[in-house]
Amino acid sequence: MTELATSPDMGRGPEKQLPRFDPGITEPIWKIRWKMNMRSLAQNWEIFKESRVGMSGLIIIIAFGAFGLLWPIMINFVWDPLIYHPVVGFDPMLMHPSPPVAGHLLGTDPIGRDILAQLMFSTGREFLLGMLSAVISVVVGTFIGAMAAYYGGFTDTIFMRVADIVMLFPFVPLLVVIGSMIRLSIFPFAIILGFLEAFGGITVILKAQALQVKVRPYIDAARVAGGSDLHIIRAHIIPNVLPLSFLYMMFNVTAAIVSEATLSFFGILNIDMSWGMMIHTAETAGYLFDFGKFWWLWAPSGFFITLFCAAFYMVGRGLDEVVNPRLRKR
Amino acid sequence: MIPGHARAGGPSGALRPAPRFGREQLKARVITMRRYMLGRVGQLVLTLLIYMTMVYFLMQAMPGDISQVYLANPRIPQAARLELKKQLGLDRPPFFQYLSYIKNFFTGNLGVSFSHYPRPVWDILVERLPRTIVLFVTANCLSFYVGFVLGRIIAWQRGATVDRMATVVGITFWTAFYPLLSLILIWLFAFTLNRLPLNQFIEPALWIKAPFTSNTVFGYMVLGASVIALAVFLIFWVFRRGLRRTRRSAAMAWAMTAGVIGLAIWIAHATGTLIYIWDIIRHMILPVCTLTLINFAGTMLLMRDSMLETVQEDYVMAARAKGLPDNVVRDRYAARNALLPTVTSLVLSLASSMSGGLVTETMFSWPGIGQVLFRAAIGNDYPLATGALVFTGVFLLVAHFVADVLYAFLDPRISYTGQPAAEG
Repeated sequence: MTELATSPDMGRGPEKQLPRFDPGITEPIWKIRWKMNMRSLAQNWEIFKESRVGMSGLIIIIAFGAFGLLWPIMINFVWDPLIYHPVVGFDPMLMHPSPPVAGHLLGTDPIGRDILAQLMFSTGREFLLGMLSAVISVVVGTFIGAMAAYYGGFTDTIFMRVADIVMLFPFVPLLVVIGSMIRLSIFPFAIILGFLEAFGGITVILKAQALQVKVRPYIDAARVAGGSDLHIIRAHIIPNVLPLSFLYMMFNVTAAIVSEATLSFFGILNIDMSWGMMIHTAETAGYLFDFGKFWWLWAPSGFFITLFCAAFYMVGRGLDEVVNPRLRKR
Repeated sequence: MIPGHARAGGPSGALRPAPRFGREQLKARVITMRRYMLGRVGQLVLTLLIYMTMVYFLMQAMPGDISQVYLANPRIPQAARLELKKQLGLDRPPFFQYLSYIKNFFTGNLGVSFSHYPRPVWDILVERLPRTIVLFVTANCLSFYVGFVLGRIIAWQRGATVDRMATVVGITFWTAFYPLLSLILIWLFAFTLNRLPLNQFIEPALWIKAPFTSNTVFGYMVLGASVIALAVFLIFWVFRRGLRRTRRSAAMAWAMTAGVIGLAIWIAHATGTLIYIWDIIRHMILPVCTLTLINFAGTMLLMRDSMLETVQEDYVMAARAKGLPDNVVRDRYAARNALLPTVTSLVLSLASSMSGGLVTETMFSWPGIGQVLFRAAIGNDYPLATGALVFTGVFLLVAHFVADVLYAFLDPRISYTGQPAAEG
């Protein structure tokens, strides 16, 4: 980082200026920035810790992460891939679908694959899908929102009209149409979802936030000091809308997982295994008509989808209290 | 936020509220309103055109176009195939095809469905649209109302057991995997308890000897329901605005409502349609409940948040200091001003509730647009899928428009340029 945002004539080189200003700072500026960021992060963490909803969400997410990380260990060292592979595994010693027994803690599905292994394998994939689409949507959305707010005029109009139309798109019907004609696998699906969400509501919300930042005095100060447009957007506007975008990232993870599960449930996506796919398997094999008897076919995956989405949503609500000071208790 | 409660209905019950505007202001308001509406209609048409263009190019970009599906029959000889292609206009350049697609849409010609072969797409969609609208409007109104009422209660009792319980239950339903949720509800209420009918729109055994078609009955049912809703709304509006609020006038309003509903039932009975209407309503209960369960939590949690902001306002404290009862302060002071952000988000969430509608319709075999779209997409019925997607878009556009206009009527602070005048 060469540019020093606070004062324009410090760019000539710190060793010359130190005696003249003598601010008493010997640390390089990036270190100070780092410390300030860390301090504000610590403060926000303190606020976040207060919210019980947010903390329980975070704990659930960490638990899911640990569960997902177990998968490579289990399949490489503990389980026999021939029996426990989530897609092609088969246990010849049992009648399928088998209720929970010693070797299969959550039973097996109608074609003899272990439910627990499927759950574990899918966890990592769901994380990947949710995070990828959320990161894409938030990065693109933040950048567009900041640009629209900063430049205004034509840029603003174009992106806002696009947002109007994208917000109009009913996502699931649209994805049903796309997915039924192209076989979507997990990466294209995450990217399509991310961009759909990026150009929609998230742009509008982040633009509203960026508009509030834009009129602050320090933006004028930065402009007077000779900061370029791109620099102001990158160094001043985006960091100030970042908490809000982070909040929406959490909500977008929920949306992505729900869309994936729904489409997998209908058998439209080209995904070999996911939580929605597990319910799809149970449903197409006809075992969902007797819920109570074959509970292990639908309950674990259904519960996981709900819990996983709820966890991200809860973290989002906890972050909401960080971002919106008026929601806090006192 | 401006404390707009002085205008938004008189808080003290016995007082007759002052008229909202003077005559001059009213005139000016009507003129700006008209201009605003015209602008919105212009935007509506433009957005519709862009949307249709996007749907068209999406369909063109898909592998395997209409001509292949339609003309793939190997028994058609080559010459006839070319001739057919020419008749269908598929040999022309894409831009002209696009133009004729737009023209055909506005003249009501959406082609012929492959899967319901001789029926035109327009015919199918027009038949299915009212069913979707009824499901969608009922479920959205119900979930909004439930969310609104619950939200203001749990915000008022922040941190209490009710708050925590409702938040947990709300988040669970909000993030629940709704195909599974609807399956569970079907299994529970229709299969195990055997209380409600199992899916579909009507009971064929009952309708086989019916002198009417289900569409006729359904049309009259929708018409009757709208008339009832309008009448009840008018009764309560007159009661709120024009009459003194006493126990007697309240009783009168309720009696009149009961009278209207009784009259409607009597008319239905006299024409012999009552059992059929009841049959359709019975089939509606489960889908509507499912959609409500999925959607109410969004409104509830948002209402809670926005209410938490308004309860800190000075005018709420003033109202409490005046010694008004708790629920009056809550309902008339805090909740009314907390309503606006909730309505905004309702407008924004229409599209996502349409997505939920597709899933619900498919799961409950409710023959609406969503189910048609799903089946057409799965069965590669391109004309029907295109038509259904465009219809969904048109429907959402109109819903957005209605919600926007309602919002502009609701909030006197909106300057009709599209931006809220006072945002705090």
